Amino acid sequence: MDSHVTTGTQEHTHPTASLYFKVGLVLFVLTALEVGLYEITYGDHAGSMASTLKPLFVPLLLLLSAAKFALVAMFYMHLKQDSKLFTGVFVFPLIIAAFIIVALIILQAYHFAFARSG
Amino acid sequence: MTAHAHAAHLETSTGLDNRKVAIWTFIGSECMFFATLISNYLVNKGKSLVGPFPHEAWTSPTGQHFEPIFEIPLVTLGTALLLFSSLFVVLALSGAQRGNRKALIGWLAATIACGIFFAGMQVYEFTHFVHRGLGFTTNLFGSSFYTLTGFHGTHVAIGVLWLSTLWIDALRGKLPPARSLNLEMAALYWHFVDVVWIIIFPVVYLIK
Repeated sequence: MDSHVTTGTQEHTHPTASLYFKVGLVLFVLTALEVGLYEITYGDHAGSMASTLKPLFVPLLLLLSAAKFALVAMFYMHLKQDSKLFTGVFVFPLIIAAFIIVALIILQAYHFAFARSG
Repeated sequence: MTAHAHAAHLETSTGLDNRKVAIWTFIGSECMFFATLISNYLVNKGKSLVGPFPHEAWTSPTGQHFEPIFEIPLVTLGTALLLFSSLFVVLALSGAQRGNRKALIGWLAATIACGIFFAGMQVYEFTHFVHRGLGFTTNLFGSSFYTLTGFHGTHVAIGVLWLSTLWIDALRGKLPPARSLNLEMAALYWHFVDVVWIIIFPVVYLIK
């Protein structure tokens, strides 16, 4: 069920429908894990594990989101098969975007710490 | 006509179709746009002086009680449907590239239906929040939340309109394999809207 498509002078083979379904299933499972993690840490089903999971909650959630992001970009947006130029055009602003978020958080944290200390 | 029909050499400096380079460049700029909105939400997180709050109940000095505002199950359903819509649109694109009109029309309709549900979910959520006391200017959380999710919702609505025009084209037989790039561009935009939500969902709704 391969579908050969061309992009300019470069010819690529996009993934098969079965691979799309497998990626979709993995995305669904990762989303269920995110919500499950929230439920057992902070939700109505929070139990004895909640205190253990709390320090790991944010890193785990960000890891799961990053995995979902990468799967969609690689397989559904075809960055794995398409020209590397597209990857560059997407990833370079993404790095700047991540830098903007981290820089502003640090700046605000510093500002508030400084304001509190006097 | 097969998908190979448009394999002709493109006389551009990159050898790539200009329209596809353009949509990727646009998506790159959108990354930075949403980064500013996500930053805005994060730096104002937890700094609201008055409620309602996202995860905690709050009682005002006048004695009015506000419950936590978020409805995680509803948003989870919307998130799942947006993820499914990404799957559906690649299947529609695959159908368009193979000249399978039935698959193109069916999967594209499913994508549009998921998009409409998601947009409807957001309209319901916003209305519900306003009724529970969270307006745009109520507190820092309200302003940054509505700005971030509102801009994302607008992108979803634009995506639904774009995909709907292509669906009408497909119904009229005006989306043959040779013109499948039109759908590929819309699909790339739609996936971008999806990946932005992949970030927004945990950052806004799950992280306390």
